[in-house]
Amino acid sequence: MASIRREVVIERSADDVWALVGDPATIHTWFPGMTDATVNGSTRLITTATGLPLPETILVNDPIQRRFQYRLDLPVVRYHRGTIDVIELDRARCLVVYSTDCEPDPMALVVGGATGNALQALKRQLEADTA
Amino acid sequence: MGRKILFVTTDQQRYDTLGCNGGKLARTPVIDRLAADGIRYERAVPQSVVCMPSRSTIITGQHPTTHGVWMNGVPLPVDAPSVAAALRDAGYKTSLIGKAHFEPFMDPFGRFTENQLGRAGTNAANGHRGFDHLELATHGANGMLHYAIWVLNHHPEAIGMFYPVVDGDMNVNAIGGGDTDAPQVKTNPIPREWYHTDWLADRAIEWLGTLDATDDWFCWLSFPDPHHPWDPPESELGRIDWRDVPLPEGYPTDRSQREAILDAKPRHWRQWYDGTLVSNFEAPRHWVPATLTDDQVREINARNAIECELIDEALGRVLVEVERRGWADDVDVIFTTDHGEFQGDFGLLFKGPYHVDALMRLPLIWRPAPSAGIAPSVVTAPVGLVDLAPTFTTIAGQVPCEWMQGKALPVDDSDASSRGFGVTLTEWDSELFGVGVYLRTITHGDFVCTVYKPGHVHDGSEGELYDLASDPLQHRNLWDDPGYAALRSDLVAELWDRQPEPHRPRLQVEAPV
Repeated sequence: MASIRREVVIERSADDVWALVGDPATIHTWFPGMTDATVNGSTRLITTATGLPLPETILVNDPIQRRFQYRLDLPVVRYHRGTIDVIELDRARCLVVYSTDCEPDPMALVVGGATGNALQALKRQLEADTA
Repeated sequence: MGRKILFVTTDQQRYDTLGCNGGKLARTPVIDRLAADGIRYERAVPQSVVCMPSRSTIITGQHPTTHGVWMNGVPLPVDAPSVAAALRDAGYKTSLIGKAHFEPFMDPFGRFTENQLGRAGTNAANGHRGFDHLELATHGANGMLHYAIWVLNHHPEAIGMFYPVVDGDMNVNAIGGGDTDAPQVKTNPIPREWYHTDWLADRAIEWLGTLDATDDWFCWLSFPDPHHPWDPPESELGRIDWRDVPLPEGYPTDRSQREAILDAKPRHWRQWYDGTLVSNFEAPRHWVPATLTDDQVREINARNAIECELIDEALGRVLVEVERRGWADDVDVIFTTDHGEFQGDFGLLFKGPYHVDALMRLPLIWRPAPSAGIAPSVVTAPVGLVDLAPTFTTIAGQVPCEWMQGKALPVDDSDASSRGFGVTLTEWDSELFGVGVYLRTITHGDFVCTVYKPGHVHDGSEGELYDLASDPLQHRNLWDDPGYAALRSDLVAELWDRQPEPHRPRLQVEAPV
């Protein structure tokens, strides 16, 4: 099992960040390389810029803990958990942690390697909204 | 009108695979001729022994610590300095045809330009990393690069002819093939003209054909071979019968001798050999070096040599075109590679955190434009790939850019001495799923000294010290030899004194490779 973690501090309130992160249908608006996200109940279908469909199951969407967790449902992935935690640092600042746990190991970097870049894009987008 | 530059790189090619460097297996008359007419470097050292950091050093003229690409899978920032951009600013037409690998290959989200261009079916790079024209390829026909798309569109039946570079778990494949079941070997029925080596020569010739006779140009022709997989076109296998291939000098045939040599090195050497530690993605996760047989070494070396011959012949075709266009007197040709390959040395294959000649002694030949009037020579002083970028700007009549950390290559040993050549740095950092390995190496004259920083298997006290003059195979680690304690101390101090400025912030790994 491989586990990777990326994090970023965003100069926005945890509630503001959660408003975006906790809405599973909007991930393609801040995650580079995703062109579409369609949610139907607990399933989400991501389409990537290469045209690759990524079917997912939403496992946790908890606005109290501000935790969003999903599973990638692909035959080449034996186990996957993608977890995004939004942690309040103070009223105007929060820490966002994006974790990927995956088997086989290399897939953690293949699908999770982009999450650090995505968090940077999320930060730019949200902090630009403040400016 | 200035001098034009044909910069030819291969991938993972050993110093001793060229006839001009004493190689006996591959026939490389084209490169040997360039060496005879130009400058042959006997100790060209990479600043990293894996692709992305090393290639980033070539284009930026900076050490990995500074450009920030500290392991494969870390993309070179798009705004990183680029010698191609400096040449383009000076009026040069610029192209990179072949393997770039400044950005990860494994890119399901299509985030990286190298992949985007192939998918979009365009070669117009619009100055991406300083290039007008990018036409890219790697080892095989999978993925999104131009060669893969070309195979898909024109010869889809050929996709499955190549060796499957990764297995179903996306690990580098360990599956064996050929006559000896050697890892990363497959008999490839692809017609030679469809294989990437000849395809890239065709593409380079076509790009040269778009230029005006008076244009200044920089063409980086980057062959993916002889990097594994070793799957050259089947039609060429008759060139060398692997059964006739002598075992390499660096391959101790006696198992106990081989293991004693490994045991005198830091522990990760033996751990990898025994299959208890695979610290880097570039080595097949499920292959155990201790299982390597004499015949597998022979077959891999035969196929590697065939790939080197195909490169030599492809380069020959490009040089014929250069001459036909009337540029022969004004073209500088530089030939090198990004890093080496074990190819049986110490009973190992592939590459990893091992700073010895198999991976660190590279072929490097500079055939200056005949119009420059530079006399042929052999340079014995250590030089680095970090010195290539300032060499290109100097050829173009430009002052090396202030961000370049190397110096224009010396034209002979006297020039090397007067301009302070003789010391190079090499580094390795890797962090793969909890396993961190960190090496810093200095090559100073005939000595190579490696320090291990604390990591998963090292406590920071380990090291390697070799006297290349008396121990060219690096079988005798002098790190703990009391007779070399003072030298070791001096080299370690010099190594730390010379460390370049680090990139801030530290860049993230975004893919396995």
